[in-house]
Amino acid sequence: MAVTAREDTFPKLIALNAQVRPARTAFRHKDFGIWQSWTWRDVHENVRAYAAGLQTLGLARGDKLAILGANRPRLYWSMAAAQWLGAIPIPVYADSVADEIAYVLAHAEVTHAVVQDQEQVDKLLSVIDQVPTLVHILYDKDRGLRDYDHTRLHALDTVIEAGRERCRQTDILSSVEAECRKGSGSDLAIILYTSGTTGRPKGVMLTHDNVIKAAEIGCSFDNLTDTDEILAYLPIAWVGDHIFSYAQGILAGFCVNCPESPETVAEDRREIGSTYVFAPPRVFENLLTLTMVRMEDASALKRQMFAYFLALANRVGERILNGDKEVSAWDRGLYGIGNALVYGPLRNRFGFTRIKVGYTAGEAIGPELFRFYRSIGVNLKQLYGQTEAAIYVTMHPDGEIRADTVGRPAPQVEIRIDENGEVLYRSPGVFVGYYKDPQKTAETKTSDGFVRSGDAGFFDPDGHLKIIDRAKDVGRLGDGSLFPPKYIENKLKFYANIKEAVAFGDKRDAVACFINIDLVAVGNWAERNDVTYASYQELAGHPLVYDLIARHVDEVNRSLADEPGMGGAQIHRFLILHKELDADDGELTRTQKVRRGFIAERYATLIAALYDGTQDADVATEVTFEDGRKGTISARVHIRDMTLYPVTATRLESAA
Amino acid sequence: MNGREMPVTVDVASLLAVENVSLSFGGVKALSDVSFDIRRGEIRAIIGPNGAGKTSMLNCINGFYHPTQGSITFNGERRRRMRPSAAAAGGIARTFQNVALFKGMSTLDNIMTGRSLKMHSGFFWQLLRHGPALKEETAHRRVVEDIIDFLEIQHIRRIPVGKLPYGLQKRVELGRALAMEPQLLLLDEPMAGMNLEEKEDMSRFILDVNQHFGTTIALIEHDMGVVMDLSDRVVVLEYGRKIADGTPQEVKRDERVVAAYLGLAHEGDQA
Repeated sequence: MAVTAREDTFPKLIALNAQVRPARTAFRHKDFGIWQSWTWRDVHENVRAYAAGLQTLGLARGDKLAILGANRPRLYWSMAAAQWLGAIPIPVYADSVADEIAYVLAHAEVTHAVVQDQEQVDKLLSVIDQVPTLVHILYDKDRGLRDYDHTRLHALDTVIEAGRERCRQTDILSSVEAECRKGSGSDLAIILYTSGTTGRPKGVMLTHDNVIKAAEIGCSFDNLTDTDEILAYLPIAWVGDHIFSYAQGILAGFCVNCPESPETVAEDRREIGSTYVFAPPRVFENLLTLTMVRMEDASALKRQMFAYFLALANRVGERILNGDKEVSAWDRGLYGIGNALVYGPLRNRFGFTRIKVGYTAGEAIGPELFRFYRSIGVNLKQLYGQTEAAIYVTMHPDGEIRADTVGRPAPQVEIRIDENGEVLYRSPGVFVGYYKDPQKTAETKTSDGFVRSGDAGFFDPDGHLKIIDRAKDVGRLGDGSLFPPKYIENKLKFYANIKEAVAFGDKRDAVACFINIDLVAVGNWAERNDVTYASYQELAGHPLVYDLIARHVDEVNRSLADEPGMGGAQIHRFLILHKELDADDGELTRTQKVRRGFIAERYATLIAALYDGTQDADVATEVTFEDGRKGTISARVHIRDMTLYPVTATRLESAA
Repeated sequence: MNGREMPVTVDVASLLAVENVSLSFGGVKALSDVSFDIRRGEIRAIIGPNGAGKTSMLNCINGFYHPTQGSITFNGERRRRMRPSAAAAGGIARTFQNVALFKGMSTLDNIMTGRSLKMHSGFFWQLLRHGPALKEETAHRRVVEDIIDFLEIQHIRRIPVGKLPYGLQKRVELGRALAMEPQLLLLDEPMAGMNLEEKEDMSRFILDVNQHFGTTIALIEHDMGVVMDLSDRVVVLEYGRKIADGTPQEVKRDERVVAAYLGLAHEGDQA
């Protein structure tokens, strides 16, 4: 069923929803322990009043409005209210440090900003000198803000109320309505700043047409209707959240639920029972790790039951989900019992009871993890997307789900692979350009409208796309064999004990890597094995932890040896880092991807030690706390040598 | 939180006046001849070395101890003997040096106990959780949810407090005291045993309580940085006597305070 938008901008679509489904719930927000809800009629009325209020603060066509905070209905309405007036909303990652925010706001020349609370107000005020264009700041939550200077600071509620008051006069109401009608599909709808693994963030400009087309693709593909429910908990500045929680919610008319606080997401999801779920692999991984850790404490009988039915699910669960006719009636019967005793309660625990489809994207997901969720009946799929495409590039169609590919090209998306292996795509969702950066735009967009994804990949014989790595990251070892760092890192990260890994080897003789242990998983293991430790640093450096991690690395080496072309990329040496890689220290991007170049520079002494054969290395690192203060952590880090496996598979030529 | 504005009275200056209070346990003099006042809306710190009589002073204020001499005037009402429950009903709430919560009860239930003095429906209705009792519970739950939101502890609403880390337990205890909608909030070492980040959070909550609800706060604290940053005025006790009283700046400069509290012996070895 193809979904086609009947209006060309989001404010117009909201108005349409208020006519077509006025009494249907559009937004919910858990506040004061209760799910507060707003119907489409309420939302339309609020957004209109909000737009009228913003008008009095001088927001006009073409102005930029920054939005900073967690997923709250009013922040989503801020986007719509800005669009209503023809202004461009610019959502910003709320956990960014002040300097990063200042850069984006100054680059975008924002005149108005809407923020969640005092924390964000303080952040903005601390960098206000760097953003000369910023005039007005609106806040959603007033706690602690009473004594602030309110000449440029406004409570969001007051602005909406003032706008509502204005709308009581018919001439003003009709002029506000007219503002909305003035918008067209070719107007800029939003600028999304990508966190970028290198350099400063770039502002991806998307029109209403781009975003609406992209939302249509997703809604048609999975038959989303106004009876669906989604939990909005990923950063509002991320393209995924913008498409799923804003664009598709408005297009299909389904309900967007905002959690009470970031810590209550799991519980809130269970209460809502969302039908449409989107999560990076990390979230699925955490859910599973927590479950496994808890199961360790369950009674023997429960553990046995859990193990038995998980083994059964592993054998037949995914085949049943895929509609395989050859599963025996006996197995189906057993699976039914398992569903009542284990899978159902598990899905309920995860908040997946009503799930229709779940997507994971952003990073590769471990095949075991992927299969686990599918085997207990969660229709989990992978999606490959980019901000520049308004997300959709490839996805898994029902019945063709495979853990090792990212699926087929999404509807209306064309893909080609150029001679050096880079994936290029073209679709109606493809962005206009980078804001104020024609040079970068020209580098990324070809003359015929294709976008360079920057990822290296290839189509397998079934027409599924496989992504190996960032095109520029795929390197060669000294002997000419292929070195795909992310591929290796992902293999390592599939072990629950390994939280993060960074591989080195380009233009070197061998592959070596840094590893970050997962404190929850390894901490639990330590408790069970009488390993005592006082700090993260001590646990990370413990010889028994090294043994544990070495076993994982050994398994990765064995699997690399068996794969075509990857045998040369076995890990020769590794070390466990004394601190967690952190976005505040610039080691990860805000979407938690490793910044390999930066890490290589920062830990140059450790890398030198990995390659000069020493067994121990000293390192001192500067760390930044959340309030901006700096401190130093120093440590002695041990290095472990690995034995390699003979390469069995043939070399793969020209993979990248 | 609406409708919780402080009642405006003519006597705006002091909410509480301690006059010549002495307290002794047998031969031990815990407090001798201490006088100071707490003004409406201020944050008042009580500091001093270990054993100076700080907690004894708080215990006198909320009626747990009875001064052997002297008087305490709260809200214009002078008194010598008063039961803690009467002090609580009169608008004095407190937290304790060692967390004193019901460990087996959830965060929500613990904070609800702070409302018990304000519940009036009969035992029978409460037992049935019906009629007036249910209506009353709903109203009180609203206030409690406000506090949970204010202290950002939504994620632990249903968790038994015994399972919570210490820093969060302290926050729950503050929540229970706030649930009483006190005029005067006594905090006995609210930051003891906390790490830097937890201290920063707690400081922020104390300031917000003071500003947002207009609650007058008296606090005992050892972390001098916290005291100097938070309080409007400081009273310094040593061996049960008051040795200084004034703004943080004044107190910091006072020679007797430097000698007694910060320690003359350490002069010169600035680590």
